[in-house]
Amino acid sequence: MLTEFTPVAALAGGALIGLGASVMLLFNGRIAGISGVYKGILRPVPGDLFWRIAFVGGLVAAGLALMFLAPSAVAPTQARSIGMTAIAGLVVGVGVTMGNGCTSGHGVCGLSRFSRRSLLATVTFMATGMATATAIQVMFGGSL
Amino acid sequence: MKAVFSALVAGALLGLGLGVSGMTQADKVINFLDLSDAWDPSLAFVMGGAIGVHLVLYRLILLRRSPLFADRFGIPTRTDFDAKLVGGAALFGVGWALGGYCPGPGLVSLSSGAVNAVVFVGSLTLGILGYQAFQTYQQNAVADTTVANERVA
Repeated sequence: MLTEFTPVAALAGGALIGLGASVMLLFNGRIAGISGVYKGILRPVPGDLFWRIAFVGGLVAAGLALMFLAPSAVAPTQARSIGMTAIAGLVVGVGVTMGNGCTSGHGVCGLSRFSRRSLLATVTFMATGMATATAIQVMFGGSL
Repeated sequence: MKAVFSALVAGALLGLGLGVSGMTQADKVINFLDLSDAWDPSLAFVMGGAIGVHLVLYRLILLRRSPLFADRFGIPTRTDFDAKLVGGAALFGVGWALGGYCPGPGLVSLSSGAVNAVVFVGSLTLGILGYQAFQTYQQNAVADTTVANERVA
């Protein structure tokens, strides 16, 4: 499916993401790596749980607000089947746990603090992501 | 309690940013990653905006001795490269392209009740739990070997 190039919304939304990560650092002293925060809920350590639930609650609350303000922002894709989405979730889950981070932790927070580990991770997941998506387009016409 | 509230605010800002920027639209993510056809470069601008803001604020915030609602900053200190980092990131990239979701947008999209998002977060959770269980098993195996070696010694 074609999508419109939206540089202004992308920059503005990106700035909000950067601001959220900064709030996390200033008040909680934490890196806002979403997969890392979520992992800590699945394997809770006493005294290190409620802020994580609140953070994920904030994400979900934002999704609820978006439902009313801009429903198209949280509309599902037609390009991937449910079965493929299930496989994708498993692969992402293993990947972010093994590699200690995702787009937020490595891509935004890590690159902002010039972490060489995060730079390597970001270059890697961008490369494999682009290779995979391009291969799906070329071999299967974009839907899988 | 204050730290719980600030984490909620941080999560909400991040979630709104993911929604406004287009990261929660799997089609846009897929069209950014797919270089062959009608490329949508928007997500590069999301990264640019996020890093542009956080790069500056990160440095200003770390001029403080401690965060406002916690004793100290918890910033990762590792600088080594290892196979797990590369392998994990490589897998993550593949999964990201397979579904069009990374963890944050998946969690934000849960509220819409869209089947894709619900299925993604469910299997994401299983993937994390599965790898955590594998890590525990591995650590126990190493511990057992160490004990056995000490007995031999």
